[in-house]
Amino acid sequence: MTMPEPTVSLEIFRYQPDGGGPSTFQRYQVPYHEDWVVLDAINYIKDQLDGTLAYRWSCRMGVCGSCGMMINGVPKLSCATFLKEYYPHPIRVEPLANFPIERDLVIVLDDFMKKLSQVQPWIVRAAEPPLSAGEYRQTPEQLDQYKQFSMCLNCMLCYAACPMYGLKPLFLGPAAIALAHRYNLDSRDEGRATRQDVLDDEHGVWDCTLVGECTTVCPADVDPAAAIQQIKLSTALDWLKRTLRPGGTT
Amino acid sequence: MKALVRPMPLLWWLRSRAYVLFMVRELTSVLIAAYLVVFLIFLQRIAAGPSSYESFLRWLAQPAVLAFHLVALAAALYHSVTWLQLTPMTIVMRIRGRRVPAATIVAANFAVWGALSVLIVWLVVGT
Amino acid sequence: MRRSAEPFWWLLFAAGGTVAALLVPVSIALTGLAAPLGWGGTTLQHARLAALVSHPIARLYLFVLIALPWFHAAHRIRFTLAEGLQLHQAGRLLAAICYGTASVGAALALLAVVRL
Repeated sequence: MTMPEPTVSLEIFRYQPDGGGPSTFQRYQVPYHEDWVVLDAINYIKDQLDGTLAYRWSCRMGVCGSCGMMINGVPKLSCATFLKEYYPHPIRVEPLANFPIERDLVIVLDDFMKKLSQVQPWIVRAAEPPLSAGEYRQTPEQLDQYKQFSMCLNCMLCYAACPMYGLKPLFLGPAAIALAHRYNLDSRDEGRATRQDVLDDEHGVWDCTLVGECTTVCPADVDPAAAIQQIKLSTALDWLKRTLRPGGTT
Repeated sequence: MKALVRPMPLLWWLRSRAYVLFMVRELTSVLIAAYLVVFLIFLQRIAAGPSSYESFLRWLAQPAVLAFHLVALAAALYHSVTWLQLTPMTIVMRIRGRRVPAATIVAANFAVWGALSVLIVWLVVGT
Repeated sequence: MRRSAEPFWWLLFAAGGTVAALLVPVSIALTGLAAPLGWGGTTLQHARLAALVSHPIARLYLFVLIALPWFHAAHRIRFTLAEGLQLHQAGRLLAAICYGTASVGAALALLAVVRL
């Protein structure tokens, strides 16, 4: 007589926009494997138990940023969260907090995409050098200035973790600000002044009160909280210089 | 098609340990501000003369007032510890191209805090 | 280029937070515990303290010790009230009340140290 296969229970948030009803939680019993992550369990549900479940995923290895979800109330990548962390207790899976929900575990990303483009996350130059001038050159030290902030996956776990974003939807948010900082610190970039308009705004860096959860949940060690505080300081010092300069402020 | 919006509950900050600690950290400023009111009065009592100062000391020695100061001290210490640990993220230090580790800056912060505290005690009590 | 007025308040907040972090604990220990409980012996008696605080550098130190953390607290209370009670609509009013109170406090502190 063989032992029954161990299982683990997943309680998954369900919402149908055209169904008319409120959101619910649906419970599924999934085989427990020591090396399975939550995404494996969700894929099992989709393939074997309930094909109507809607969710985002792609690389299943923590580099694409698609599979962000609230797992027992904490924003995580479902492909990087092992079942064994919770087994044998039930696992509650919900869509990322602080975003509108389109369907089941799928959130509406539009606000983040809009804010991301507002910070101009690309090399901004006063004038593009011609191709004949050759490639940009950068020393390892210059790369080190911004590399950490370039690791962002756009997974939005930081937005789900940030209570300020939840309370003040106009807040630019951790990832967008971290990416602005990444380009400001890039030796090839000349766009800091134009980015300041959106950063030095009441809904730019100044909506942040350093809760710090963005950095805690970031799966790529970007440390967006550090980026925001560094921009606050550089902005404040710029303000001081402008104010103290003879001839007054401009 | 209707997207579902979940509003933030009023007691959002009770939702996780990190949020609660954040609130506690922010509220330490209230206790520090309250202490500084008492401190201002302390200074004013010094300026008002010996008998005024002595009677204020008697007020300070009451259990409830001592308890307030203990709570204020705990709050101030929590502020100091969290503040001095967070400053390295704002100020990135590089020496000869190498990034100074955050732990080093934190240690230096605590060393300065300790040294200043000793200095103040010495100036007030020691000399 | 007129941007946000926030940098000024943030600088005051940062300065006040640093002053509070470094100097308030020892201050509480001295005036809230040592003085009333007699830990300082004769050193915390009136004559000596009066002489100590009347020194110009001491007066400056005391003003900074009181005023800057009050601006730090005003900034934190302003944001905490807005977030905790979700009072974002009253943002400007809240800021005016908080920084206004701190300013009044700073003026009172200035008066007090001048009279030491």
